[in-house]
Amino acid sequence: MPTRTEILDAKAVGRALARMATEIVERCRGTEGVVLVGIQRRGVPLAERLKVLIDQAEQSDLPTGKLDITLYRDDLQTVGPRPVVGVTELPDLDGRIVVVVDDVLYTGRTVRAALDECADFGRPRRILLCVLIDRGGRELPIQADIVGAAVPTEEGDRVDVLVTELDGRDAVELVRGARP
Amino acid sequence: MTTATAALGKDLVGLEPLSAEQIRLILDTAEPFKEVSERSIKKVPALRGKTIVNLFFEASTRTRISFEFAEKRLSADTVNVAASGSSVSKGETLVDTARNLEAMRIDMVVMRHGSSGAARFLGERIASNVINAGDGKHEHPTQGLLDMLTLRDHFGRLEGLKVAICGDVLHSRVARSNIWGLTKLGAEVGVCGPMTLMPRDVRELGVTVLPRIEDAIQWADALNILRLQLERMQAGFLPSLREYNRVFGVSNDRLSKAPKDLLIMHPGPMNRGVEIDSDVADGPHSVILPQVTNGVAVRMAVLYLLAGGTPALAQSAGRAEDK
Repeated sequence: MPTRTEILDAKAVGRALARMATEIVERCRGTEGVVLVGIQRRGVPLAERLKVLIDQAEQSDLPTGKLDITLYRDDLQTVGPRPVVGVTELPDLDGRIVVVVDDVLYTGRTVRAALDECADFGRPRRILLCVLIDRGGRELPIQADIVGAAVPTEEGDRVDVLVTELDGRDAVELVRGARP
Repeated sequence: MTTATAALGKDLVGLEPLSAEQIRLILDTAEPFKEVSERSIKKVPALRGKTIVNLFFEASTRTRISFEFAEKRLSADTVNVAASGSSVSKGETLVDTARNLEAMRIDMVVMRHGSSGAARFLGERIASNVINAGDGKHEHPTQGLLDMLTLRDHFGRLEGLKVAICGDVLHSRVARSNIWGLTKLGAEVGVCGPMTLMPRDVRELGVTVLPRIEDAIQWADALNILRLQLERMQAGFLPSLREYNRVFGVSNDRLSKAPKDLLIMHPGPMNRGVEIDSDVADGPHSVILPQVTNGVAVRMAVLYLLAGGTPALAQSAGRAEDK
């Protein structure tokens, strides 16, 4: 039987996002040329939240975008459930600092695909990776620049990030034994 | 677990064998592909390493180029084979041609053929995916799909929509694919044209017969005006092009009597001044060019889904296990 434990509640998610917003501004030395790009689906609302937090603190109006990496995946051939193809909408990336936002960093394959897709849209000055949860288990040499929380997990575990926009509430839950 | 086979099957032979759900899946999958063609780098790596043969036994410009763009924008490798100048003109059979291509390790065949049923015949005999790009008088499924996508773009729905297909319904694979697809998705289909160009059993397809073009204009939300194939005249189906235009041609004068603005569609190539007047084809309600744009997106969706790009339930999106 899989067991489900809450790792972060709504307040903790809020605190993590506030800290991430501050870190983004620090890492980028301000908001000049910064673009927030969320990976479909849960990276998109997280990027929007970070935009609001940064804009409030910095009196800025950061451009945001959405990235759907389905068509850049390397596993079209392998059998398994795959997300529906979503929409990609990106602002101009040339010469910008692109902050790629996602909910969970695991194998790194999604990020690899996202980097390839960004390269097809322009030549950013710099790309930063910002994730709410780093659960370890990388299969590629990829690391996050800004992390909300690092959660050590095992192979059979699953980390569910819930966001109000899509799931009705904010929370991060660890499901143990989700896969045999 | 949803697999590609469960989503669409191995081949796309026509819209008749598909369920409403499968047709909706193709149309929904086409939506994000529209955007790929608007990018400055119009290419995604989804079908990288796949080899696709476009096997055209009949002349085609729009459909062949549209398929080729769709394939290239998905990063597939493509080869075009035309019947003239190939071993087909030396008398090789269809199956032998396809088996020889398969021996070179291809993944998909897009085929246009003059015989009805050719796509199914081939699909049953080779392991590669077969996509019907028009077979005789049978079906032209991707044309039907792009027409439906264009209608859905414009009206926001297909249910309850009244679409009149006008012209040579008897010889038209476009008409047949439209009738199957639209009726499955809850639209009402009317057919309008000379009785010599109506299939004898047309009512059995679940369509309304509109004997006069004026009736179609009164009845419909959209007109899909078929190309009048000029060779039909020699066969004695029609007295003259001039008379056809006078009785069935869609003109602004006729459209002005419609109770509402009608959406004007045409699968091309047009005979201006025969089935459609230039003012109508170039008019504000014409979506003839958006149909062509949608054709690439729909074909990308079909290629992607047949290649194994399986959409799972929407709720699993973002829950992908390998983040």
